[in-house]
Amino acid sequence: MKTMPKLAVWKFTSCDGCQLSLLDCEDELLLLAGQIDIAYFMEASSRQVDGPYDLSIVEGSITTADEAERIQKIRQQSHTLITIGACASSGGIQALRNFADVTEFTSLVYAHPEYIATLKTSSAISDHIRVDFVLQGCPINKAQLLEVISAYLNQRKPQIPAHSVCMECKLKGNICVMVAHGTPCMGPVTHAGCGAICPSYNRGCYGCYGPKENPNTASLSHWWQTELGSDNATLLENFRNMNAAAPAFATQSLTFIEKNHEEK
Amino acid sequence: MKVQNATSYILLSDKLNSLIHSLQQAGYQVIGPVIVDQTIIYDHINSADDLPQGWTDEQDKGRYRLKRRQDSAYFGFNVGPNSWKKYLQLPRRQVWNAQKTADGIHIEPVNSAITPLAFLGIRSCELHAIAIQDRVFLSGEYHNEDYKQRRQSIFTVAVNCTQAAATCFCTSMNTGPAVSLPCDLEITEIINDNEHYFLLRCGSEKGELILQQLPVTPATSEHHQQQKAAISQAEEQMSAGPRMFDSSDLQALLYRNYESPLWSDIAERCLSCANCTLVCPTCFCSSVEDTTDLSGDHAERWEQWDSCFTADFSYIHGGSVRPDTRSRYRQWMTHKLATWHEQFNTSGCVGCGRCVAWCPVGIDITEEVIRFQKADSS
Ligand code: SF4
Ligand code: SF4
Ligand code: SF4
Ligand code: SF4
Repeated sequence: MKTMPKLAVWKFTSCDGCQLSLLDCEDELLLLAGQIDIAYFMEASSRQVDGPYDLSIVEGSITTADEAERIQKIRQQSHTLITIGACASSGGIQALRNFADVTEFTSLVYAHPEYIATLKTSSAISDHIRVDFVLQGCPINKAQLLEVISAYLNQRKPQIPAHSVCMECKLKGNICVMVAHGTPCMGPVTHAGCGAICPSYNRGCYGCYGPKENPNTASLSHWWQTELGSDNATLLENFRNMNAAAPAFATQSLTFIEKNHEEK
Repeated sequence: MKVQNATSYILLSDKLNSLIHSLQQAGYQVIGPVIVDQTIIYDHINSADDLPQGWTDEQDKGRYRLKRRQDSAYFGFNVGPNSWKKYLQLPRRQVWNAQKTADGIHIEPVNSAITPLAFLGIRSCELHAIAIQDRVFLSGEYHNEDYKQRRQSIFTVAVNCTQAAATCFCTSMNTGPAVSLPCDLEITEIINDNEHYFLLRCGSEKGELILQQLPVTPATSEHHQQQKAAISQAEEQMSAGPRMFDSSDLQALLYRNYESPLWSDIAERCLSCANCTLVCPTCFCSSVEDTTDLSGDHAERWEQWDSCFTADFSYIHGGSVRPDTRSRYRQWMTHKLATWHEQFNTSGCVGCGRCVAWCPVGIDITEEVIRFQKADSS
């Protein structure tokens, strides 16, 4: 019998939602357990097998000095390492701190801010170590996670296209909410993967999956403003959410802040 | 009644159901315009009640709105977000299944059952688009079997356009608004102060068989005059509009301007989102995706629409050939209007205006053509 590869699932600063998508693969979970040795997955089992690991799946962002150290050790123990979710790929919603003063809000929120040991920024895993594959999404799509794992197990390319959500919309036969209803939609700059859920329910895309490859955030923002009547606040909200620190979105959102200052 | 080819007949508007019914009786599932999510798309219809009677579309670049009409026309709109392509070149379909067994890998093609479809309300530009896809998929050495099967089983009811959307430019591309390619049945909807009727003409034996069953009467010269006037109304709307241009020299124009700075200007606006190619009735690109299950014992191949606006589309060993939007838009426009001629001996654009309306940031291929023409002549 061939020895099964060893899988570890790691958590950093995150909500656990992406790991849950793995547990959510109810039908496939048994199949998976037959193909890979789930050696470390605290969310699912207290069994802890020591490294090295063939495949590490990392959820969450780096927000403390401790985490910055721990991720290095995990990389050293992992042959292949993939990150899952918006936190791991761009810093997550907690990266909103990157645009503000952490000392200021810890002093407002906590009775004893001196107990809080945190970094000034929340950063992507790939800012710290080499990552073999990044699976975007908040939360990730479980079918995509299975696809990445299947691809790893069978040593093939994962079919995770980096194109726009618009592609998914059109393949599904959705009606474009921007063109037909005048609803602002982040789809044209957002990475596919969710299956265009929001436009399928006649809502604009929120950009949960982060930037697509080659996104033109400036042109989309300009259209929202000039043709759809969106104000700076709406634009800011859309670019500053789960993927606020993804470079394409961060750069774009800063232009709205500058504009706000100019207007004041 | 016994009908004759090339002769026109009159069907009163309240008898439109007889046409739909006869098509169903002949074994076709009828596909026609219906209202979904405030747009007119193509879908299954059961009777004339499903048609968007009394509705029209108001279109501009990056904008589409459904509007009430003053009259009760059934076909008083132009083209919407869908094209018939979705029934002939399916957006996504499985090509094969493969199974690993003790004695090797077995590949099983997936052939889905094909239902004969009747397309009710094909516009002239759309007939041209289908003819263009025919050249792509059915001529030359390699054929697309799936397309072939679907294409062979359709019944075509074409409708003459008696009005044009602001985004239409078929007159510039010589594809309309009058039906100018063969179809099984050709209809024109006429509404005036006291009448609402359809002029019908058959263009094939299949069409003749259907026409024979309908409660029609021969058309008079007056009917023909009304038809002519109605179609020229569409023509005039386009001639007077901003999207008229001379398309005779587009090939040379685009080749001359391969390094024009205008491409970078478009790239500043273009999102490379691919909507234009996916709504286009002639764009034929697809990619195949091979996947395995976790065990690796079972594999599948799926074919789905793709677009020259994605990075993966031009990915070869070492990277994407067209990494930036400038090169992608240039590929799209040059293919549509220039290289298509060399490849298939026809333009790749029929002037339907879908890419203009459904571009989320209103990039207008006609406006860009005119800008190239102006820059070129100055
Ligand atoms: S609804 Fe949004 S995602 Fe869908 S095609 Fe329109 S802009 Fe793109
Ligand atoms: S390029 Fe645009 S106008 Fe021409 S056929 Fe395609 S969608 Fe229609
Ligand atoms: S324009 Fe692009 S998507 Fe359309 S047929 Fe040409 S290469 Fe394909
Ligand atoms: S021209 Fe418009 S629809 Fe086409 S890729 Fe660019 S932004 Fe998208």
